[in-house]
Amino acid sequence: MKLTLVTGLTGLLLLATIVELLRRRQLREKYGMLWLGLLFVVIPLSLFPRLLDGVADLLGVASGVSLVLFLGIVFLLLVCIHLSWEVSALEEETRTLAEEFALLRAEVEAERTERAEWTRRLDRTEVVSRDG
Amino acid sequence: MVDGERLLIIIPAFNEAASIGDVVGEIRGELPAADVLVVDDGSTDHTAAVAITAGARVARLPYNLGVGGAMRLGYRYAHDHDYDAAVQVDADGQHDPRYVPKLVDLLGDHDLVIGARFAGEGEYTVRGPRRWAMAVLSLVLSGLAGTTLTDTTSGFRAANRRMIEMFAHWYPVEYLGDTVETLVHAARRGYRIQQVPVAMRRRMAGTPSHSPTRAMIYLGRALAVLTLALIRR
Repeated sequence: MKLTLVTGLTGLLLLATIVELLRRRQLREKYGMLWLGLLFVVIPLSLFPRLLDGVADLLGVASGVSLVLFLGIVFLLLVCIHLSWEVSALEEETRTLAEEFALLRAEVEAERTERAEWTRRLDRTEVVSRDG
Repeated sequence: MVDGERLLIIIPAFNEAASIGDVVGEIRGELPAADVLVVDDGSTDHTAAVAITAGARVARLPYNLGVGGAMRLGYRYAHDHDYDAAVQVDADGQHDPRYVPKLVDLLGDHDLVIGARFAGEGEYTVRGPRRWAMAVLSLVLSGLAGTTLTDTTSGFRAANRRMIEMFAHWYPVEYLGDTVETLVHAARRGYRIQQVPVAMRRRMAGTPSHSPTRAMIYLGRALAVLTLALIRR
């Protein structure tokens, strides 16, 4: 009974955290939905740990709890791989932005030097014409 | 070099204030018709200022991207400004600009021309794991390109319009990607690659590493990069 209380409360706490993060718009919806979906599986399981025993038996796993542990690790690994993939994509995006930015800055600086050159030349002709 | 062709020299530089001025100055002296673009890869010293004073155009990256990022920027610049040929040269002064016309001359029949050490000209020797890595790389890449390539990691290369177009859109940012992976990618897509023997000079600043552990790590990474490049699309 004590154990069920601990696992159940942990599940509810996680649920509250995710909802709060989503409410404050600090978590992209796709990740929020992912974790919410997971919690809707985990919370019933934390209250009734025997729920998966039937499925475990079918797969040849000794107990439902072991099956949950196994699936949990696989799921977390998949999430980690997905995050590495997202980070790689983000790095590629920032790299492209940095290059674009450097090109624009070079462009702007070249133009500015050219304009400065022109203004100087115009000033000089003005001085010359005033003198003449 | 054919007259009227527009040539861009691309120099990726990261904290090279000590040598970049002389390198740019020498190139402008040897190749007065060429434009020089220094890609400042997020340097924290005065690289950009020194390069501008020496007469180069400078594109400054907001943070360090590595040689790959700097090179793609260089080729994008060449592509945007409609250059006929682009030659990449290291900022440490080990590439002699007097070889540039030799490289560019071959661009009519080839898309990518590499200035290579160990090809008869000059003295340059390496030993141990570094040598094995280079041997494997040159064996595999020569086979892919259908021509002898003795110095696959050379950063002294000339590219024609076709090659510039490809590099402007695709240039790997990872370790050795700027040399090995670009070669694999280009050779597989039917770009014609050729090498020209060049003598490399001592670097004007900085020293090359000679630690055996580093050499082993280099071997491992080089083989990993090569394998990945071969299984990638």
